[in-house]
Formats: sequence, structure tokens, C-alpha cells
Amino acid sequence: MTILTYPFKNLPTASKWALRFSIRPLSCSSQLRAAPAVQTKTKKTLAKPNIRNVVVVDGVRTPFLLSGTSYKDLMPHDLARAALTGLLHRTSVPKEVVDYIIFGTVIQEVKTSNVAREAALGAGFSDKTPAHTVTMACISANQAMTTGVGLIASGQCDVIVAGGVELMSDVPIRHSRKMRKLMLDLNKAKSMGQRLSLISKFRFNFLAPELPAVSEFSTSETMGHSADRLAAAFAVSRLEQDEYALRSHSLAKKAQDEGLLSDVVPFKVPDTVTKDNGIRPSSLEQMAKLKPAFIKPYGTVTAANSSFLTDGASAMLIMAEEKALAMGYKPKAYLRDFMYVSQDPKDQLLLGPTYATPKVLEKAGLTMNDIDAFEFHEAFSGQILANFKAMDSDWFAENYMGRKTKVGLPPLEKFNNWGGSLSLGHPFGATGCRLVMAAANRLRKEGGQYGLVAACAAGGQGHAMIVEAYPK
Amino acid sequence: MVACRAIGILSRFSAFRILRSRGYICRNFTGSSALLTRTHINYGVKGDVAVVRINSPNSKVNTLSKELHSEFSEVMNEIWASDQIRSAVLISSKPGCFIAGADINMLAACKTLQEVTQLSQEAQRIVEKLEKSTKPIVAAINGSCLGGGLEVGVPAALDMMLTGRSIRADRAKKMGLVDQLVEPLGPGLKPPEERTIEYLEEVAITFAKGLADKKISPKRDKGLVEKLTAYAMTIPFVRQQVYKKVEEKVRKQTKGLYPAPLKIIDVVKTGIEQGSDAGYLCESQKFGELVMTKESKALMGLYHGQVLCKKNKFGAPQKDVKHLAILGAGLMGAGIAQVSVDKGLKTILKDATLTALDRGQQQVFKGLNDKVKKKALTSFERDSIFSNLTGQLDYQGFEKADMVIEAVFEDLSLKHRVLKEVEAVIPDHCIFASNTSALPISEIAAVSKRPEKVIGMHYFSPVDKMQLLEIITTEKTSKDTSASAVAVGLKQGKVIIVVKDGPGFYTTRCLAPMMSEVIRILQEGVDPKKLDSLTTSFGFPVGAATLVDEVGVDVAKHVAEDLGKVFGERFGGGNPELLTQMVSKGFLGRKSGKGFYIYQEGVKRKDLNSDMDSILASLKLPPKSEVSSDEDIQFRLVTRFVNEAVMCLQEGILATPAEGDIGAVFGLGFPPCLGGPFRFVDLYGAQKIVDRLKKYEAAYGKQFTPCQLLADHANSPNKKFYQ
Repeated sequence: MTILTYPFKNLPTASKWALRFSIRPLSCSSQLRAAPAVQTKTKKTLAKPNIRNVVVVDGVRTPFLLSGTSYKDLMPHDLARAALTGLLHRTSVPKEVVDYIIFGTVIQEVKTSNVAREAALGAGFSDKTPAHTVTMACISANQAMTTGVGLIASGQCDVIVAGGVELMSDVPIRHSRKMRKLMLDLNKAKSMGQRLSLISKFRFNFLAPELPAVSEFSTSETMGHSADRLAAAFAVSRLEQDEYALRSHSLAKKAQDEGLLSDVVPFKVPDTVTKDNGIRPSSLEQMAKLKPAFIKPYGTVTAANSSFLTDGASAMLIMAEEKALAMGYKPKAYLRDFMYVSQDPKDQLLLGPTYATPKVLEKAGLTMNDIDAFEFHEAFSGQILANFKAMDSDWFAENYMGRKTKVGLPPLEKFNNWGGSLSLGHPFGATGCRLVMAAANRLRKEGGQYGLVAACAAGGQGHAMIVEAYPK
Repeated sequence: MVACRAIGILSRFSAFRILRSRGYICRNFTGSSALLTRTHINYGVKGDVAVVRINSPNSKVNTLSKELHSEFSEVMNEIWASDQIRSAVLISSKPGCFIAGADINMLAACKTLQEVTQLSQEAQRIVEKLEKSTKPIVAAINGSCLGGGLEVGVPAALDMMLTGRSIRADRAKKMGLVDQLVEPLGPGLKPPEERTIEYLEEVAITFAKGLADKKISPKRDKGLVEKLTAYAMTIPFVRQQVYKKVEEKVRKQTKGLYPAPLKIIDVVKTGIEQGSDAGYLCESQKFGELVMTKESKALMGLYHGQVLCKKNKFGAPQKDVKHLAILGAGLMGAGIAQVSVDKGLKTILKDATLTALDRGQQQVFKGLNDKVKKKALTSFERDSIFSNLTGQLDYQGFEKADMVIEAVFEDLSLKHRVLKEVEAVIPDHCIFASNTSALPISEIAAVSKRPEKVIGMHYFSPVDKMQLLEIITTEKTSKDTSASAVAVGLKQGKVIIVVKDGPGFYTTRCLAPMMSEVIRILQEGVDPKKLDSLTTSFGFPVGAATLVDEVGVDVAKHVAEDLGKVFGERFGGGNPELLTQMVSKGFLGRKSGKGFYIYQEGVKRKDLNSDMDSILASLKLPPKSEVSSDEDIQFRLVTRFVNEAVMCLQEGILATPAEGDIGAVFGLGFPPCLGGPFRFVDLYGAQKIVDRLKKYEAAYGKQFTPCQLLADHANSPNKKFYQ
């Protein structure tokens, strides 16, 4: 038992922890059981009658790199393929047992719009295994996983590979609509006369390129701008944001140094990349020097307290519990209740975790106290802290969530302990799997039964899921 | 103006502007003054920044009143005198409003030119002091900042002074009126409006500190064009040319009817040519003169009238209208739909044919899309608003309607038919409103099972542009029905007059005799262009001949026939045959492409329709030389209008002269500088109008006989519509 060797002084309260383990059959120890009961786990397990248990066998990811670095000449399916081969290697799963492959991605490479299929073919999966690609902004991989959960729970599939990929080093930059129209019309023109008359319509401004939208389509506001307004609405200061970002980088560095980021698999590009390269703990003084990146000159969101553009891919092997056991696997975790939410994409763009957390907890019959590992997606420091303030506010709960009382604050000592998107990076389509694997690995390492994963996404959407540690 | 600099909130306009200069001597500051209670202004000190909060008591907006003036200068003097304060922030405690401008009541209370001049000078002194302040002052503006408020907050640009334009915050920043914009915040730990003001204050304080510490430069970077312009303006010859050009343009736009813009040019000229002291003196004098003019009285009267007509005198209705159904997807029906969907009303637009329905829906879409092109809406907001509209050919969903507005063709039997059809499907509480311009509502209600739920709602075309809504109540219309109709109208952003039922109600009835006179004048050989220029130079926004084209010749013919039947000879004058012939030739006005003028898509220039010559020739009348001077022609039109308006008051169709003025100005384009028919009688003199009428009566007869109420006013000079 890892937990018993874990120094007690590091634990928040010995009795609380003791109790938690006392009800878990595997962590029994007469010494601990004698501790006074202050709190009890609301549930022993989240298994539901007549519904198949879905387990994560294991999950991997490529190192997450700053865009424009080592992955810059790759295509998205190359990265995805690396994650898939890594997963095959890590789990040794026979390729023919995989029923289905689902990948999430956000900015699509037009040549490989079903990137899941292209990557699977190249990674040595059976060409008899179908694959599809989903998109739901920053929770695309979450959608890939929960789609898999649905397929397994409903008995349609037994073995699913879910993952996500994003390559921000290259994005599709298009010709303008006018130019595209001209080119398409030229294609259809039959005579030289028609062609010439079309060409005569050409104007130089047709050549202005169209960049992929960095702003919310419905509001035309960039996400950073919205995050800055959100931070201001919740009165989150620049210093608080910088402090939080520094925490994320320091914890990530520590986790990396201690080898805790075991989901990372090396990738030969040709040079072998083994580590995330965006982790750069700095000092508050250094960070304070940066100018605001979005609302100039008085905003509070800067490059240092935002997640950076990242290249990376992740993949997970999900199975029906009985299938995994029959194949001799020792799963890492159960995927339990999950919840998608959505709200106003203008003023509440990034508040998804606040809305999703209480709902998924209620659905699972758990409370905030039952959660041992929180893994929240960190889009911006300001976003995380605004969510904290919203969760800690009775006023917000009453007026915007239709609740009588506040959601409650996740304890910081259980929160993103191995770093987060701010420091590890955030390849939009791939982050979801990283969050789940971080929660699963932390539960194994730090002990504890339940993990809560939550994320916000463009479009004012959000997601939360309960990850339950698989009994050892 | 000054070396200034500012920050501000987009779309709801919060902006900063920083005023600063040198050379003020400071006195010792007594800390207790911050605790003094003032009614309009309070201030606190945060660090070394004084935060001055403006909050006029018992009012939705802050206005520059005498009290505010004196408290403000008191506070500013304390700030300038204090050693602890190094900079200041001016901010309003009212969400969405910095300072709306001068208090109209204060100006109206001034009896003499000197009084106004003095007030103006007091205000100038404050603004001047702000400009010359040693300590940086940041104006944090949230919401409307007009007139004097703008002077306090922002340096005025010439174009803005002249046209009284409203500008959006991002434009203001581009124009250099403000230095920074702060966007409104969403929900946080407090209501969004409250937190936004707080945030604006926080940002303004940071700026004020930065300025005091010289970390932020108050100088704005000027673009190349701006620099060139500034250089060019130093050359006297160029300046003279600019003045000339601006004056020409202003004269063309105002036709010399509005004195203010020209005086503003005078003031700016004096300021630039003779220095700012002379400019200020000139400004206060001219301001005094302007406030005392008839035009100023007329416009202030309209302002008060409009405030009155933006209230629901029937109180709150029992049930809010949430589901609206509109019958007829023509210009009017679609227009009503357009002003409803963007206010969040779920609206059904029903027509009998798919073609008509498509056209109507397209009209609504185009109206919204034009706003997208002007960046007043995002395409997403447009789509979301447009989803409030359901177009259909049947009565599905009418069982949920809270109000049905019919805008079908002006034909009594058709209106009867739809009324019966609709009553079969709507719920008991649902109101039936008829958008008719002339058919008496009681006649329409005659076939109703529930006449207390029937009311008239007369919109004006184009509905999205015309502010007026004329609501017509019959003797049977219940108070709650009226309350509901007014509530819907107010929601649609309308200025509302409520009148009694009768042929032509108020607006159409006033217009009809004038239109009859228009026809006679045309028959007498005045060409439509000449007639248009005579009417616009009198102050009508649209020329009389163009107006007929815009309203629609067929509509005008309908109204002329209907009202002619009821009112007989008094509505005579021109020969309605003219309209009949135009309709038979398809000259229906703008909608058919031809009327008195020819209309082509994308062509702005209007040419006369030469095919009209033969029609006009066949109906030609000999002009009467004693009443055919340009001025007589103008007065023949206006006096018939005014006489009929006064008669409506006399007969009780109108409840108040104020509503009569608002209806005429906002619905029919009666010259705003005259303030409406009733204000016109007051200011011009009832006797003079009666004299004119009698002169024309001698030439044409009964159509010009002054009504009793007007004659009463002429007989006793003390009688005024506005006391």
C-alpha cells in the first residue's frame, strides 16, 4: 500500500484520510480503523445496477510541445499516430480486439478531416476497425471518451480507443471567399471567353488570406479577451493570476522531475522528444513585467498566466470491465458519471466547471469532500480563479445557477497537483485524456478513490466527469 | 481643445478621458470634507486619487443643474487645494449615464437672455478649470454622455457639436474623443452593471495614478492625416475655406430653419481666430440667444411631450404580451414584426400567400442585416433575433397569442372576415389590434364577440424608422386592453399618442385636408419639384409630392375617398380624380417605381415622371394669383393642417395639445422647429393664422373656415394651448 508509506504529515487531516481508507476493503488496517469517524464517504462505489462498468486500462500522450518547436513540420495525424503506437506499445493490446477508435480535434487539417481514421491506419491498427473524429472545442477528447463510454455501456462495443490531437504549428489558412469563388467559377468555365471575363473580375484584395478564427464565432470576442473580462467581473487581481500560474508551473516541474508524468511516451521526430517543453517556472517579478496580452493596456491576462499554443496528442484504451479482466488487464480507473453543460458564450464563456461540477457530483451522489483528486483544465489563471470565486459565492449560485447555496471550493491541496494546462500545455483536442489520466494516476499514486475532471470550452460549454480509482 | 486623454466601456460606452495642465496653487486640504453630505456629488479618496461620483437624486440620469454645478465646483476646489490628492477620477454612480446634458427645466426656467448667458458662463468656468487643472483628471464615462456632459468628459469635435449625433463608444475612441474603452462585464460576484462601474472606477484610478506618476503620457499619438489636418488649419486661407464649406453644408441641411449650427460655427471661428477667451464669451452669449429663440422653445416643448408620450398612463396591464401574431406580411405587417422580434417578442407573421410571406420575412431579415452591416448587431445576434419570428400561412399557434395585430388591406369587409377568423382561434385574454390608417375601429369592432378587446394601433411607415404609434380606443375598449397596447408599443420603442375613435383618427385626419390642398396646388400648375422645395424649406422633412409617393398613391386615394365621404366639402379642394388616374396607370409611388417621380433601385437622383404631364394637364385649374405666392402656398398647406388638428382637440379626438404636437411631428413630419400645430399656434399667434385662413376662405371657401376653438384663441390673446 502506497498510502501507508506516505508520510502522514503531508496529509491534510489524518483522521479524515484514515476514515476514507477505512471503508475501502483494500486499505483496511486496524490501526486506522480505530480513528474517530468524522466524515464518511457517501458511497462505496459508483457502480450502477444493470449498467456495464467502463474502465480505463491505460492512457498515454506524446510530450506536449510549444507550437512551432520540434513538431512543427508534422501533420496532425502524425502526432495522433505517435499517441496510438505509444498506446499499443504500452498496453500490448491485440489490434484486432479494438472495436472502434474515436479522436477529438479542434482546428482541422482539411486533408485529414477524419484524423482518427488516418492516424489509426498508419499506427498499425486493423483496417477493419472503424474510426471517427469529434469536435467540441477544448473538450473534444472528453467527448471522444464519453462517446466511447456510451458505446460500451450500451453494449455496442467492448474495446474503444479514445484520444485527441492538436497541431497548432500549422493551421489551415484559406484564400478569401471572393478568391475561392473566382477559382471555383474558373473551374466550371467552359470557354476562353468565360475564363477571361472571370479573370477580369479579379482584384488584388481577393488575395488577402483568411486565418482560422481565433475568436468566438457567436460574439467575435477572442477567448483571452473574454477571460480578462471574466477575471475582472470576479475581481481577480493580476497578482493572484500570476501566483496561480507560478503554482502550476512549479508543480508541473516537480512532477516532471519526480517522474510522475508517466503517461508521456517518447516520440522520435527524428530526434527523440521525451518531455513536455512548456514548463518554465519563473518568478513573480519576471511575470509582473509582462504587458497584458488582450485588453491593453490595463487588462490582467498575460502570456505568462495563460495556456500557450501547444502541439500534442493523447490516447486511451477504454474497455468494458469484464472484457478487461478477461483479457488479464489490471485497469487503472473506472469512468463514471459525466455531465456536459453550456451557458452564455459571451459573459460566461469559461465558467463551465462551475456549472458542471455540482451537477455531476449530485448525479453521482457525491459531495465535494468525497473527491480526492481534482483535475481542472487551466485555460487561463484568471479563468480558474474566476471559477473558484463563482463556486465560492452564494450570490452567484442563487442568481445564476438556481441553487440555494454555493457549490463550494475545491481544496487547493488536491487541485491539479501535477501541474495543468497552463504549464504542461493545452493541445485543444487532446487535453481531455490528459486530465483523466492525471486523475487516474494521481489516485493510484496519492491514494484516494474519486477524481473529478472538469473543463471549459469555447461556445460557453463545459464538462465534468467522475473518475473512480480501480481497486488494487 | 485641451491636452486631454481618456479611457472608456464599449457598446454601453464607458470611457476615460484625462484632463490635465499646469500652474494651479494648492491649499491645505481638510480631511473632513470627504464626509460632507452633498446631494448630487460625493467623493472619496483612494490612496492619492480623489474619486468624484456624480449622482443626481431622484432621477434616472444626471443633468447639469445649478445644484450640480455648485457642488461640483466646491468639490473640485477642495481637490485642487488638497496636498494629499494628486489626481482625480470623475464617474457617475448611475449605470449607463455619465451626464446627459444641461437640465432642460433649468433652461426653461430662465426668463432672460442674461440669465442663460450667466448659467453658460458658470458652466464654462468649470470646464475651463478642468482643462487647466494641475492635477490629472480622468473622466470615467459609462453610458450616455451628451451635450454639457460631453464637454465635462470629452473634448468636443466640430462634427459632433453640429449634428448632435450619437456615436458608439468604439467610434468615439477612433475619433479621439476618448482615450480608452472598458468593455461591460458579465455576471461575477455582483450584478453586472454594478461591477462594471466599479471596474471602470478601478481602471480609471490606475490611469489617474499613472498620469500623476508620469508613467502614462497624456498625449495622444496623432495619425498622419490628423497631423496634416492640424498643420493645414494653421494656414488662414485654408481655415477660411473650411469655414465656408462647413457653413454651406449646414445651410443646405438646415435650410436656415435651425439657428444653432450656424452659431456654433461662429463660436468655433471666434475661438480659433481670436483666442479662447473671446471664444468662451461668444459661446455663452450665443447660447443665451439660442435658448431664447422660438425654435428652442418649440424643441424643448417636443422634448417634454415626448417624455410624456413614453409613459403608460393606463398603468401596467394584467398580462404581459409575450406572444404576438401579425396578420398580413406587407410593408406594415413586416415592419411591426421587425420592431417586435428584436425586443424579444415571439412573433407569428401570417399571410395568405407564400410570395407575400417570403417578401415580408425578407424585409424583417434585411432590416436586421442592415444593422449587422453597420456593426450595431453581430450576425449571431441577428440570427438569434430572427428566430423569434415564425412565418406561416395558417392559424397554428394563435391559441397562445396574447395579442393579434392585423395589418391586412384597408377594406372593411376583409377586416371583418379576419377578425371573425381570428376570434375563433385565439384565447379569451388575447387582444385584437387593427393597424388601419383610416377605418373607424368601432366599425371594425362591430362584428367582434368581445369589443372590449378590440383596439386600433396605427403604425407609420417605415415602421422601424417612424417613432410614432397612434393608439385608438373606442367607447367599448377596456382600460386593460389600452394598457396592454401601450405597453407593447413602448416595448417596441414607440412614442405613443392615445386618441379617440373617429374617421381618420387624428393623424390621418390632419393629413387629408393638407393632401387635398397638395393636389389642388399641383392642378394649379406648380410642378412637384417646386412644391417639394417649398414644403421642405418650410421645415417638413419630406416634400409634399414625395410624401404622397412614399405613402402610396393608392393609400392616399383610399383615405381621400373615405374621409371625403364623411367630412364632405371641408376635405375638398383638389380633384381626387388625379389620384384615381394615377392608380389606374399603376403610378402607386415608390413601391411601384413610379409616382410623381421615377424610382430606380440604387439610383438616388429622382426624376419627374413625365407620364404625369398629361394627367396633370387634363385636370389643370387656373391659379388664383392673390393666394399663389410661395408663402401663400406654404401657408395654404400648413393652415389646413393646423385648423384640422385644432378641430380634433375641439371634438375630443385628442386628449391634450401635447399629444397633438407629438403626433404631427413624429408621425407626419410636421416641422419640428415649429414644435407641432398647437405650439405653432401659440408661437406664431392664433390671430395671424385665423387671418390667413380667412384670406384663403375668401378665395376657396369652406375648406379654410377656421374652427371654433381656433377662433376662440384668436379672440382672446391670453388663451394658449401651452400655458
